[in-house]
Amino acid sequence: MLHKLAVLATEEGGVVHAGDGGWWADTAGIMLVLPFVAFLLILFFGKRLKYQGGEFAVGALAIGLVWATVLFVMNMTGGVLDHSNTFEIARIGSDIVFELGWMVDGLSIMMYFLVNFVGLVVFIYALGYMEGDIRVNTFFASFSIFAGAMLVLVGAPNLIQMIIGWEGVGLASYLLIGHYWEDLDNVKAGNKAFMTNKVADVGLILGAILVGVAIGNFDFAALSEAAVGQNAELGAVAFVGGLLLFFGAMGKSAQFPLHIWLPDAMAGPTPVSALMHAATMVTAGIYLMARMFPLFQNLAQDARVYMVAIGAITLFAIGLLALVADDIKKVLAYSTVSQLGYMMTAVAAGGYTAGLFHLFTHAFFKALLFLGAGSVIHAVHSNNMSDMGGLRKYMPTTYWTFVVGSLALAGIVPLSGFWSKDEILATLGHEGYTAVMWIAIAGAFVTAFYMTRAVALTFFGEFKGHGEPHESPKLMTRPLVALAIPSIFFGLLNIPGVSIPGIGNFTEWLSVRVVEMGDHHAEAINFGLAAAGLGAALLGIALGWMIWGEDKKTQEERDSLEIPVLYPLLRRKYYLDDAALGIVGATMGPLARSVDWINTYVIDGIVNAAGALTRGLGGFVYGILDQRGVDGFVNGLSVVADGAGAGLRKLQTGRVQQYAAFFVVGAIVLAVVFVILI
Amino acid sequence: MLLSQFLIVSSALFSLGVYGLLVRRNIVLILLSVELMLNAVNINLIAFESVIRSADATGQVFAIFVITVAAAEVGIGLAIVLMIFRNRRSANVDELNLMRW
Repeated sequence: MLHKLAVLATEEGGVVHAGDGGWWADTAGIMLVLPFVAFLLILFFGKRLKYQGGEFAVGALAIGLVWATVLFVMNMTGGVLDHSNTFEIARIGSDIVFELGWMVDGLSIMMYFLVNFVGLVVFIYALGYMEGDIRVNTFFASFSIFAGAMLVLVGAPNLIQMIIGWEGVGLASYLLIGHYWEDLDNVKAGNKAFMTNKVADVGLILGAILVGVAIGNFDFAALSEAAVGQNAELGAVAFVGGLLLFFGAMGKSAQFPLHIWLPDAMAGPTPVSALMHAATMVTAGIYLMARMFPLFQNLAQDARVYMVAIGAITLFAIGLLALVADDIKKVLAYSTVSQLGYMMTAVAAGGYTAGLFHLFTHAFFKALLFLGAGSVIHAVHSNNMSDMGGLRKYMPTTYWTFVVGSLALAGIVPLSGFWSKDEILATLGHEGYTAVMWIAIAGAFVTAFYMTRAVALTFFGEFKGHGEPHESPKLMTRPLVALAIPSIFFGLLNIPGVSIPGIGNFTEWLSVRVVEMGDHHAEAINFGLAAAGLGAALLGIALGWMIWGEDKKTQEERDSLEIPVLYPLLRRKYYLDDAALGIVGATMGPLARSVDWINTYVIDGIVNAAGALTRGLGGFVYGILDQRGVDGFVNGLSVVADGAGAGLRKLQTGRVQQYAAFFVVGAIVLAVVFVILI
Repeated sequence: MLLSQFLIVSSALFSLGVYGLLVRRNIVLILLSVELMLNAVNINLIAFESVIRSADATGQVFAIFVITVAAAEVGIGLAIVLMIFRNRRSANVDELNLMRW
């Protein structure tokens, strides 16, 4: 079944032209299928090849990238696309239809491009990184599923397919985090990620059912239209449904307090972390929020303040944790959580494009940072920054790309992170969340602060590890360069108020959304706000450099920043991981003691009295009734059974033909009986 | 043709099958005997069907059914035989008393 979304949006008064993408959009489903084909090929033929089947994974994403790029360019130049292909797979009653298919519109094209591009780069990098590792074959098989499930998720035209992709991503992440399962800690990390996500998935599934059943349709297009049309049934469940969907998004997108799985997920190989933190998995929650944006914008406004609050806590409090982590991947993991907080805050506050643009730019520089970290880890054989230092001299390419990524993340003009972060700040200010805006500016300071620390501890000072580190092979450094370029330039795609001749800007590309959403996007640069954000970032870098700068040689000197109360708090991750146990312990202790007292003095008395009485009665029952009467009977039965067994088991000779003979004789006897009787 | 002729052939086949089942010592031949019995039953089914001619051809359908089941049974049976032979280097049922009490 082919159906085209006919309703076009009017954006700020002007009509946006929607194309349908023609052949490329009609065949875009190939992107969703190819990684799964690659998965099978890797499993069956991968082991014979040089890279254990990684070739298939790379090939699948390379072909997918062709489609994604063509669609992306068509979307840029020839008007925004709006198209979807669906196949019916099941039907409940006559109104609720389950469909699978793919959507080709601005939002999904952006995600297709992101997943395929970042995925391809990471896959190529993984060819080098995983060479000679254990179970490379299975690794690439799971990796293909990871990318494939994410494409299924972002291509979903309805909530049902989204959930399918959602769970697929969860499964693949579990497999990949636990890749080195010989170490129990890694298995536990995989379990933790899976369980935490499962908890959140309950919210997603309940929310999906709630809003889908309310209007009898799970299609995003129908949901958006109903939301904009102020549908009464949808309105009745919008608040609860919206919060439930948000809860689902909190799990995948690691929002406080469900972020706990993400740092542990660093147990997987570094390419997994890179893909997970950039293009797949963690972006799924933001994507869900963006897809359901009309619901929050038009019907569930009451839910937004909670979402903004959660996002604000995430972006600031979790960002601070990155200051104390020694594991370089954990620093990056906490920074991802913090950046996801930015995106969530933006989308929740009404900044559809702002949140998604940050998702877009963040994907490139975060993948770059992770791959850079992987390159470093590859060289020094340790995750800990206390074993690094001075690598600037040994690994020049890794060094400059990592610095580019850090600057982009910190939001230094004109790198990509500056533009997207600025847009979020502008949105927060415009929508009246002034306090959150200042938190976000403070968050920018923290971001710059901890990235300076990471760069200083890793690349400056003296090398503290063992052996002679060396630059990674070309297969690993080229992807770094390939990611550094978009990290530098892609921010220019969405300068507020600037429309690049011939291709427009990011806001326009995402503009057809079936119905008008009424979100906010800045029309001009707010120089005051941009300066505040940039100032905060520069201050963070300056302060960070003073504390961890090059001239300090020893680790003690470098990590000397110890704020009395804050640091223990951060080291213990706000005691969040202990909190569950702690709360249980604190409340259960006194409770248990009081129960114990009542137990000892009150209940025991009653019980003892009852016990004495019962014992007398029991003595009688036991001695007379039980021992003689009942036991005699039972013993008699067992003697009979024993004797019968001893006799009958002689029949059990183990000779098949003897059994067959019994069978035949029995059949003959039965036949004779029947003949006589009938 | 008379129905009884078919029944005689099929009972002869069936008896042969029973004889082989009880007397033969080689598992493969025992399996063959079982096939023989199944086919005797098939002949019965078809013969009765040709007399009764029920509306939905029950007898023939059942015969097809039996053939299918027999094929599956032989598949599994021969696989088991193969495994037993690999393990014990013999296909003689007298030597197989593993299933004793």
